[in-house]
Amino acid sequence: MANDSNYMRTTARQVRHLGSAKSGTHHVWHMRLTSYALLPLTIAFVWIVVSLVGKDYNTVRTALGSPAIAITMLLFLLTGIYHMMLGMQTVIEDYVHGEVAKTFSLMANTFFSICVGLACVYAVLRLSFT
Amino acid sequence: MAEAKTRPVSPEARRPLSPHLQIYRPMLTMMMSILHRITGVALYAGTLLLAWWLVAAATDARAFDTATGVLTSFLGRIVLFGFTWSLFHHLMGGIRHFIWDTGRGMDHPEREYLAQATWIGGVALTIIVWVVAYTLR
Repeated sequence: MANDSNYMRTTARQVRHLGSAKSGTHHVWHMRLTSYALLPLTIAFVWIVVSLVGKDYNTVRTALGSPAIAITMLLFLLTGIYHMMLGMQTVIEDYVHGEVAKTFSLMANTFFSICVGLACVYAVLRLSFT
Repeated sequence: MAEAKTRPVSPEARRPLSPHLQIYRPMLTMMMSILHRITGVALYAGTLLLAWWLVAAATDARAFDTATGVLTSFLGRIVLFGFTWSLFHHLMGGIRHFIWDTGRGMDHPEREYLAQATWIGGVALTIIVWVVAYTLR
């Protein structure tokens, strides 16, 4: 039917009444959620980093591995990385229009975010448990 | 190809287009919107430095000294200063969004005040944190 050259209906007409995908607000809601969480977490992160400026290796190691700081860092890292992944997704969708380039950019964004996030989380956990 | 060149321009092609970035007079609210995105992308790249620092701390003293050596070099400090500013500018932009979430601050003089508070707050917090860091060091 859709291949018929005389078929004049728009694609919107074909999907009307089928209902929404129920995920339209998911992205923006998670963006709001993570940004609210990141306000106190970023202040805590800056506080931690500033307190460690110029400190020797063992002091930094012990501090980053202590429960309160490690938990705060993990919350900041996981929330921040998810927030930046969502943000970069929007940037890619705004500027990259070729279907192949867009798909690969979105894949690269996911891979980059997961790799950086995993490396940071692994490092904090290792500092906590060794 | 030749006939395409001689084809008269259709009325659709001659229709006025809505003005794009290069047509607009630069406005502070517009600059803050662009800077919010630029600082966000900068922070995205900056996570590599954070990951490097954390992984180096988790590796051994030598790796940690190499990382801190590079990060506290002259060039490293400039990058970290930019990182700090990006973080605080983006944070202030986020607070502006929180105010907008309540439906406030979108009308005329308020949105200009918010745009000014965003960049002034970002610069001020960056300087304060660096002064504190240098004092405590």
